Amino acid sequence: MCGIVGLYLKNAELESQLGELFEPMLIAMTDRGPDSAGFAIYGDEVEEGMVKLTLQHEDANYHWHQLAGQLEEEFNTPVSVLHNANAAVFKLKGEESAVREAIVDYAPDVSIMSVGRSIEILKSIGLPKEIAAKFNLKGMKGSHIIGHTRMATESGVSMEGSHPFTTGMDLCLVHNGSLSNHNRLREELKAKGIVFETENDSEVAAGYLTWRLKEGATVKEALEGAIEDLDGFFTFTVGTKDGFAVVRDPIACKPAVIAETDDYVAMASEYHALSTLPGIEQAKLWEPDPGKVYFWGKE
Amino acid sequence: MEFDLKKQTVRELNQALHDLPKDSTESVVVNGMSGDHNVCVGMDQPVDITLNGHAGYYCAGMNKSANITVLGNVGQGVAENMMSGKVHVKGNASQSAAATAHGGLLVVDGDAAARCGISMKGVNIVVKGSVGHMSAFMGQSGCMVVCGDAGEALGDSLYEAHLYVKGKVASLGADCIEKEMRPEHIEELQALLDEAGCEDKPEEFTRYGSARQLYTFKVDNASAY
Repeated sequence: MCGIVGLYLKNAELESQLGELFEPMLIAMTDRGPDSAGFAIYGDEVEEGMVKLTLQHEDANYHWHQLAGQLEEEFNTPVSVLHNANAAVFKLKGEESAVREAIVDYAPDVSIMSVGRSIEILKSIGLPKEIAAKFNLKGMKGSHIIGHTRMATESGVSMEGSHPFTTGMDLCLVHNGSLSNHNRLREELKAKGIVFETENDSEVAAGYLTWRLKEGATVKEALEGAIEDLDGFFTFTVGTKDGFAVVRDPIACKPAVIAETDDYVAMASEYHALSTLPGIEQAKLWEPDPGKVYFWGKE
Repeated sequence: MEFDLKKQTVRELNQALHDLPKDSTESVVVNGMSGDHNVCVGMDQPVDITLNGHAGYYCAGMNKSANITVLGNVGQGVAENMMSGKVHVKGNASQSAAATAHGGLLVVDGDAAARCGISMKGVNIVVKGSVGHMSAFMGQSGCMVVCGDAGEALGDSLYEAHLYVKGKVASLGADCIEKEMRPEHIEELQALLDEAGCEDKPEEFTRYGSARQLYTFKVDNASAY
């Protein structure tokens, strides 16, 4: 199973309430995915030339400031650190790949969850309501957010196997469904230099998108390629710096509902997850067509 | 009777409905709907139920005798395996509406998604909007009326169900063909349009049915068992 939820705010006045509006959506999908959950929130954008990273370590008391100090020395620039449960958000002036490499060198046991100027990915095993509380989702602000509740089928229950998966700068993927050609595709992508951390099928979809985007495809082109090249059933939601995209497999095995008002666009695996949004009774509601890429956001 | 699903559980609602006497003609209103699954499944009395809002999966599933109206949209599998009675959805229906249903009438005022009437076994379905792909797949009997368009592979592997579509058909499924509209079909369709409250004229529709060329229709294959 698994549940997917996404919320994009058209009305900037609601940005201070993004987490508060989104938390019940994520929790409503507990029945579809009780073993792990996560979300990618976009907001608090850093200026051009800077990067923002979300890092995680098993130890909630990990010495983030020591790592930040090492990076400050290496890049000769201040590093801002925001500690949240067992995660930390680092912001610094620098180039993405160099920062990534430095973190791997200094702290190989730290997981890099996301890199970009706006994105923060937070995820964990456990019930969605526990994860929302752990990272204080309710208090978060931003322009848009996508989330996932997982019921593992193709691989084990682990933080690494939970969603969202990062697919490049400010990009991430959540997936409901399962893929049947992920083993072969993983090998093909490895040969192209994409690195995988788990046996998870959704990570292969993320790796596929990462590869296509690196090759210069737009998000829309990469998703259209996914419809051709991925075998299995899926509803994907892809977060970008400016919005999110939704695509269902060509025979629509997995559900999705969209709601749109003057204030927001929201998507969920089931309407139930949208029912707490303000003005939902008057919202335009529909199911996305199979095999068609939808995108909402600033172009 | 009135229920509020913001205060009561679906289980409490369904149990109270199942506890009504067999000949009950009670009027029931359900408020506080938020896409809950399994609302009013397994009804077995000629009661009149109004659901005030959107329902989730399997709404009115296995319905027998009851007249159920949904003032909103429904999720997957509305009226699945319905035996008799009537289910009227004022909004849109998700996929697999009236799947495997044996009898009764399902009316959808909006659109129905993929696999509408999949494996239908005697139910009548009237969709005032359009239906998605693979609708009436392996339909065995009953009628499906579509006032809008039909998606890909309509009526694939059809048996004896009658399909009537007013708009465009994206493609026909295996062994499904266009058929002549004879007087008995005009009569059958008119009765269904009347019952569903449609103004459309039967002459505007095209009938589709089985060409009876697949394996199961070949007498030579009977000896395989």
